[in-house]
Amino acid sequence: MKEIHYLRCRECGKKFANAPCSFCEECFAPLEVSYDYETLRRVVHRESMRDRAFNMWRYSEFLPLPDGFVPSLPIGGTPLVKSRRFAERLGVKNIYFKNDAVCFPTLSFKDRVVATALVAARRFGFDTIGCSSTGNLANAVAAQGTQQGFETCVFVPADLEPVKILNSAVYGARIIRINGNYDHVNRLCTQIADKFRWGLVNVNLRPYYAEGSKTHGFEIAEQLGWELPDNVVVPMAGGSLIGKIAKAFCELAHLGWVEPKQVKFFGAQATGCSPIADGVKRGLPRFQPQKPNTIARSLAIGNPADGPFALRLIRESGGWAEDLSDPEIIDAIKLLAETEGIFGETAGGVTAGVAAKLIEQGRIGRDETTVVCITGNGLKTTDAIAADFPAQEAIEPRLEAFEALLEQHLQRSASAQPTHA
Amino acid sequence: MPITIEIPTAFRRFTEGAPKIDSGALTVAEALNDLTAKYPSLSRHVRDEQGQIRQFLNVYLNEEDIRFLGGETCPLKDGDRVLLVPSIAGG
Repeated sequence: MKEIHYLRCRECGKKFANAPCSFCEECFAPLEVSYDYETLRRVVHRESMRDRAFNMWRYSEFLPLPDGFVPSLPIGGTPLVKSRRFAERLGVKNIYFKNDAVCFPTLSFKDRVVATALVAARRFGFDTIGCSSTGNLANAVAAQGTQQGFETCVFVPADLEPVKILNSAVYGARIIRINGNYDHVNRLCTQIADKFRWGLVNVNLRPYYAEGSKTHGFEIAEQLGWELPDNVVVPMAGGSLIGKIAKAFCELAHLGWVEPKQVKFFGAQATGCSPIADGVKRGLPRFQPQKPNTIARSLAIGNPADGPFALRLIRESGGWAEDLSDPEIIDAIKLLAETEGIFGETAGGVTAGVAAKLIEQGRIGRDETTVVCITGNGLKTTDAIAADFPAQEAIEPRLEAFEALLEQHLQRSASAQPTHA
Repeated sequence: MPITIEIPTAFRRFTEGAPKIDSGALTVAEALNDLTAKYPSLSRHVRDEQGQIRQFLNVYLNEEDIRFLGGETCPLKDGDRVLLVPSIAGG
């Protein structure tokens, strides 16, 4: 079959042949992958999905893959969890958590984007691949890059959580720690991609990388029974994911796989790094970059590349954006864990907490269907909440010691109860 | 000593391949004007129809984004480097 995908400028619309390039040579705006949708309509049907394994590759025709591509890892295919207790607590009927905290292999949605980026890296003949990262992406690049035999080199801010550095190092990837924040790392990587023939997944392979995010959206629609939700709450770092979920919904509607619907897109950020949320809330024509200062390190991008598009999408969809302080993020991580049994990373706390805030504000209706995207695993950001859970005193392995402890706990919880007159 | 403006590969087809130019500009705005005066075909890629620096182009003075330095009016001193970097990476 003739290749049906190509690059297209997101601003001026000019088309380009597939190449490791992320911006338009005319207007320097970002390029994205587009498709010949009429051919797509002929070659794949909703019914085709029935016989396919539940992972991201079931939507292969919607991804920039070469003909006859055979995937090596079952990535994606994560649960959409219908909330009971979180929903009850907020008085909402239909709220779902799309749980990419359990995405294979490295427990974040970045596994999806790296999967499509590395297909492009192979196609364009790169031997060395890498990325700039706040942690999750580095983990995904390290795991899949080394597994596929690439020389793998990841660039991270020097003060990144040790767990996230370890989770990249273990795969044998080279780690380059940079004195600076993510935006400094990112600028350096842009210069490296300009000078070296390396495939940096979120720089010169970015159009192909970003397409992988669509599978998060395809899965949501399919798991809702081929229906679109009323609202989606999405964490925003570089601002790419929110737009790709929207693109996935549009593509499904365009092909007639779901009924078209005006889905409202809500963006979630940490107050300590909230350039997009700030732009939405203050009605700015352009967002103002910020110096990140938050425990939500995976969202700590002060100069988001897709910020202008995220801002536009949120406004045009009728959605909104909100942000959460660090203490609120910790409370929200606990709330999600206690009510749904999902241990999200700090970004998961941001999304869950922002969803709660938007419901309380009345921006998300209590009778509507809302999907909240949890994109990373709490085991990666334990540092952020460790102080809230000090180690308990140990007891002797004797029944009377246990009974004494139980008595102590009962007394403590009784004294914690409010007294009634 | 003048200041230096560093030009990304994507722009070099407008600068006859030059990777950098020297300038005696006293502000970032003047530096950008020097660059586009020398290579007029670069003008519309640096600034939009309203004369603002294009949304997808980041301008740095040494290590810092000029938006943290008060924008393009920020002053330059001898030996400064002005960098143009397309803002399409990351996330």
